[in-house]
Amino acid sequence: MSRQSNRATDNKKMNSELFTLTYGALVTQLCKDYENDEEVNKQLDKMGYNIGVRLIEDFLARSSVGRCHDFRETADVIAKVAFKMYLGITPSVTNWSPAGDEFSLILESNPLVDFVELPDNHSNLVYSNLLCGVLRGALEMVQMAVDVRFSQDTLRGDNVTEIRMKFIKRIEENLPAGDE
Amino acid sequence: MSENKVVRIRARNMADDALFEFLHMEIVAHMYKEQVTREDIDKERVTCVSTLELMGFRVGQGLIERFTKDCPTFKDDLDVMKFLCKDFWSMIFKKQIDNLRTNHQGTYVLQDNKFALLTQFSSGKQYLEEAPKYLAFSCGLIRGALSNLGLESVVTAEVSLMPSCKFQVVIQKL
Repeated sequence: MSRQSNRATDNKKMNSELFTLTYGALVTQLCKDYENDEEVNKQLDKMGYNIGVRLIEDFLARSSVGRCHDFRETADVIAKVAFKMYLGITPSVTNWSPAGDEFSLILESNPLVDFVELPDNHSNLVYSNLLCGVLRGALEMVQMAVDVRFSQDTLRGDNVTEIRMKFIKRIEENLPAGDE
Repeated sequence: MSENKVVRIRARNMADDALFEFLHMEIVAHMYKEQVTREDIDKERVTCVSTLELMGFRVGQGLIERFTKDCPTFKDDLDVMKFLCKDFWSMIFKKQIDNLRTNHQGTYVLQDNKFALLTQFSSGKQYLEEAPKYLAFSCGLIRGALSNLGLESVVTAEVSLMPSCKFQVVIQKL
């Protein structure tokens, strides 16, 4: 019985391992299925996109965040609310471009890579590329076309993990006539 | 450095459930889409299922390694199965298996009346034929966990009414 009681504690933490390991299994499988890293990156981004367009609904329903008025506000919501909610981390927002249309998310730690080491022959693999797709897909659903990519990655020897986000344009809403 | 890392992992809260569920759906969809381009339909089903199952197997192995790192050894097979139904299941799906049956000859039936990966689909017979795709990964998960606890097994799943699901585990005698 005592065995059970000490195991039952913090099952929340365990769940993140399920996600991390499952993601690892996916990347491994994709590396087997595709010849080169570029193609794997592309697939991860595509899958992330599909997740993002659905995840945004879950996010809006649970966070009661309204429409963002500018890109700075968007950046704040992504870093402080969304990342916190789904990955339990709060990246810092830095490196704003003078025009305010481009910024970086700095991830101190990346939950996706907890147990990962990249072998030498996968130097072009962007292991966490799924995240880019998720961000792009989610923002597209709130009428923002954004370019998202990893510009630094601790897995590839950089000091920090940096996701660079660039605002491209606002997507026009094409509502049917009479529909608010 | 390594100690630092351990602390960091402990301190981390979690990846949200929704994230895993969406990822799982996307993995299933991806595997099937990839295979559609190839010809033989029956053959393709088998490959998809076994690929998903293998992915689950690896994940199950990894998880059990971490979950059992500070718990005493198990008495017998039944003890292992109980651990799987109670602790392992609640750690990954936030609930226990609802019913565990065995014939005491190495066959176990684990019934989950509200299986997390099926609840989004339907509560009834709608989409029943789609269910097996969404169970292959979990079968692998169980098989992988058991395998790292020293039990080789064959795990299959059966659904007659969603979101309830039965996993049959047949332990292979060595």
